[in-house]
Amino acid sequence: MNARDLTALMTEPACEHQHAAKPKAGCSRPKPGATAGGCTFDGAQIALLPVSDAAHIVHGPIGCAGSSWDNRGARTTGPGLYRYGLTTDLSEQDIIMGRGEKRLFLGIKQAIERFHPKAVFVYATCVTALIGDDLSAICQAAEEKFGLPVVPVDCAGFYGSKNLGNRIAGETLLKHVIGTREPDPVPAGVHNINLIGEFNIAGELWHVMPLFDELGLRVLSTLAGDSRFAELQTMHRGEANMLVCSKALQNVARKLQERHGTPWFEGSFYGVRDMGQSLRDFARLLNDADLTARTEALIAREEAKLDEALAPYRAILTGKKAVLYTGGVKSWSIVSALQDLGIEVVATGTKKSTEADKARIRELMGDEAHMIEEGTPSELVGLVDQYQADILIAGGRNLYTGLKARIPFLDVNQEREFAFAGYTGMVTLAQRLVNATTSPIWPLVRSAAPWEA
Amino acid sequence: MATLKKTSKPLTVNPLKSSAFMGAALAYLGIDRTIPLLHSAQGCSAFAKVFFVRHFREPIPLQTTAMDHVATVMSADENLVEALALLCGKQKPALIGVATSGLAETQGADVARVIKSFRAQYPQYAETRVVWASTPDFRGGFEQGFAEALYCLIDQLVPEKAFSTVEREAARNLNLLCPAWMTPGDQEALAEMVEAFGLNPVLLPDLSASLDGHLGTARLNPVSQGGVSVAEIENMGSALATLVFGRSLRAVGDLLAVRSGVPSIQLDQCLGLNATDQLLMTLAVLSGQPVPKQFTRQRQQLQDALLDSHFMLTGAKVAVAAEPDHLGQLAGLLNEVGAVPVSAVCPSQPAWLAELPLTQITVGDLQDWEDEANAAGAELLMTNSHGAAVAARLKVPLLRVGFPQYDWLGGFQRVWLGYRGARQAFFDMGNLWTEHHEHAIEPAPYVSRFRNDIHAEPGAGEKDHEHTPCLCQ
Repeated sequence: MNARDLTALMTEPACEHQHAAKPKAGCSRPKPGATAGGCTFDGAQIALLPVSDAAHIVHGPIGCAGSSWDNRGARTTGPGLYRYGLTTDLSEQDIIMGRGEKRLFLGIKQAIERFHPKAVFVYATCVTALIGDDLSAICQAAEEKFGLPVVPVDCAGFYGSKNLGNRIAGETLLKHVIGTREPDPVPAGVHNINLIGEFNIAGELWHVMPLFDELGLRVLSTLAGDSRFAELQTMHRGEANMLVCSKALQNVARKLQERHGTPWFEGSFYGVRDMGQSLRDFARLLNDADLTARTEALIAREEAKLDEALAPYRAILTGKKAVLYTGGVKSWSIVSALQDLGIEVVATGTKKSTEADKARIRELMGDEAHMIEEGTPSELVGLVDQYQADILIAGGRNLYTGLKARIPFLDVNQEREFAFAGYTGMVTLAQRLVNATTSPIWPLVRSAAPWEA
Repeated sequence: MATLKKTSKPLTVNPLKSSAFMGAALAYLGIDRTIPLLHSAQGCSAFAKVFFVRHFREPIPLQTTAMDHVATVMSADENLVEALALLCGKQKPALIGVATSGLAETQGADVARVIKSFRAQYPQYAETRVVWASTPDFRGGFEQGFAEALYCLIDQLVPEKAFSTVEREAARNLNLLCPAWMTPGDQEALAEMVEAFGLNPVLLPDLSASLDGHLGTARLNPVSQGGVSVAEIENMGSALATLVFGRSLRAVGDLLAVRSGVPSIQLDQCLGLNATDQLLMTLAVLSGQPVPKQFTRQRQQLQDALLDSHFMLTGAKVAVAAEPDHLGQLAGLLNEVGAVPVSAVCPSQPAWLAELPLTQITVGDLQDWEDEANAAGAELLMTNSHGAAVAARLKVPLLRVGFPQYDWLGGFQRVWLGYRGARQAFFDMGNLWTEHHEHAIEPAPYVSRFRNDIHAEPGAGEKDHEHTPCLCQ
């Protein structure tokens, strides 16, 4: 990727990180020796992998695909092709002799003949980008030869962060996929919408999708949880788009607005308030009075039902304290979900959060809200001790920080096993919180051996 | 305290219960050079033999008095004498363990008198000891029959003799009364624990020496190939103490205490972290030795396993069906990790059943268990191999426990005891739960009603890359 394109992606104008103190700085550079988190390849692959009827080929030596294939919780109703790890697995000789391109072309052929995918995504990696394999040319040649879309994703790991990779994935779709097919005619009274950045982790899309069906909102694409290639192709026909808990893909929302005039908003399906707000935002953007009325009725009904279902959990959870450490939008979207359950959030992480995210945190937690900028393990454990918190809620990376310190823990990131979105997801969240905090293992794991006591 | 629920249906469907005389036969098989002899029609021993052969995958010495219609009506005493004489003459076993069947007890066989007359008639076979237990299949079940045989072994082999403290200290023997649910693997682990404290374990019965699945040098196996010896049993009165594992053997420990003054220590709960703590502390006190270092490490490993598995198992709905004391042991394990026994079924009702650490126990069969598991949406099943069919019907994974495990290799050597046993149990339960999770847990896959056009398209070679089928189905 040329430097100008890369800079353009790193200085996404819709990104509120840009409005901070140094407007031209773009995404911050990773700090050698003190960096956690995935690379650009990781981010791009994560965003596109849930396209379940495509073959996803990683072009590079084994380090990239070998340790990352089939390790995400995204679920699908469709073909399981996305769970196959496909890589050119380049050897030293391949790289020295320049055989990578040929290998890739043959690899694409192999994948198509064996799996009959609807499309192929080919991911560049550090080594193949460095030695200059011409991904676009090979993909184009393969597309012509085999007669189906073969999409190059230029996402070498050294380009930067995982966020950037997400954005590159979005850019790739805008360039090669979106707008290449028209959706079926929309039924009367139904609106086309898109979700952007809904990955169907643990199947949570399926908590929300019935609500859209009921309201007559046809989800053209989720970008990309439980999606098909043909659906991504129709995203340009959305009448309103929702950016789901994901700053990284806002280039897609912004460019769809520029090209097709589609209005968009940023929302979340976590928690009662945010779930309702997201449905209302769709009704507002679609400007349909009937839809608005039906949306309000649905929200009232679901909230009443949920209130009843949550009552026994609230009774247990009310007054419990949580330290929340997660990035970006989730720093506030999960706060509201926890507060809805009666939990006091005593501190929340703001690592990838923008100024607007922080403002929402203050709105929810008060001006004195404790924000955790860099949550080192010792700081997180220290905060739990300081506030006498009952649970640490964070991503899988901090799982063992919590467990080894014998602190109840709930995983809210992509590797989690449970679906927390939507109204039904709130019940799951409540259940998991009750299980985590009241498990009988805590006295056992905190007990010293009786001969040492 | 558990509330007990009994089903009132006339038919037992898919029995969980197996006979008391089979339990007795198993107990006898843990004694060296023994032949269990069922006082029964020949089918009883044939069924029992198949039951054990398939479970242990070993030849099982087991004989029958082969009561026929004449013997049943007229008297089977001669059958018993004849069988005893034949076995003594041919195999020269150290012990013949007689267990009565329902047929013999209904007929009214007086086994004690018959054995006495056999002794008088055949003084040349005095070297072979004969012990008998009343174990009709219409009373109790497998676990009770097993306990009854142990009771009779103590009663008929251990002499009334008091030992001084000095004598007890000198031998440093520790009696271990092992219940029916203890696998040969458990017994091996238990003996190692006891030895780690410098004590000599005497296991009754010792299946770890007979049915541990070892390839011995003997080419024929007409008698049990190892186990606790008759002499060791006779000498059990000299031990430092008796550890009684589980609730089913309380009476056996009491009898031994009365018979020879050995202090009896009752350990109701044997599986899990707390139970192992208690066992090790007991051993430390008895031996006067500190708890060896390796147990500190193993305890920490179990604590870590609790942390790792509680995400799956706390709140997991588990349906368990097992013999009464075994059910209590498994319930104790589940309780430690916060799993919820949504169905707990056992086949019979001993006096202490309500003491088990459960809220409700159903005395019933595997149909009751299946219905309860189904109604409660169980996520993990625990029972013997007969549960495999239920697991297939309910599409829920099964962890095999108890007898028989005929479709599974190595159930007999699995270790449940100790920190390590508990750790492995939590790992296995967690793994089975996880395997099942993706296929069965909310939210179920949902296809939008607006989405038909996508699904109508020809599939993308789906045969080749469907989901891996669920292994639990």
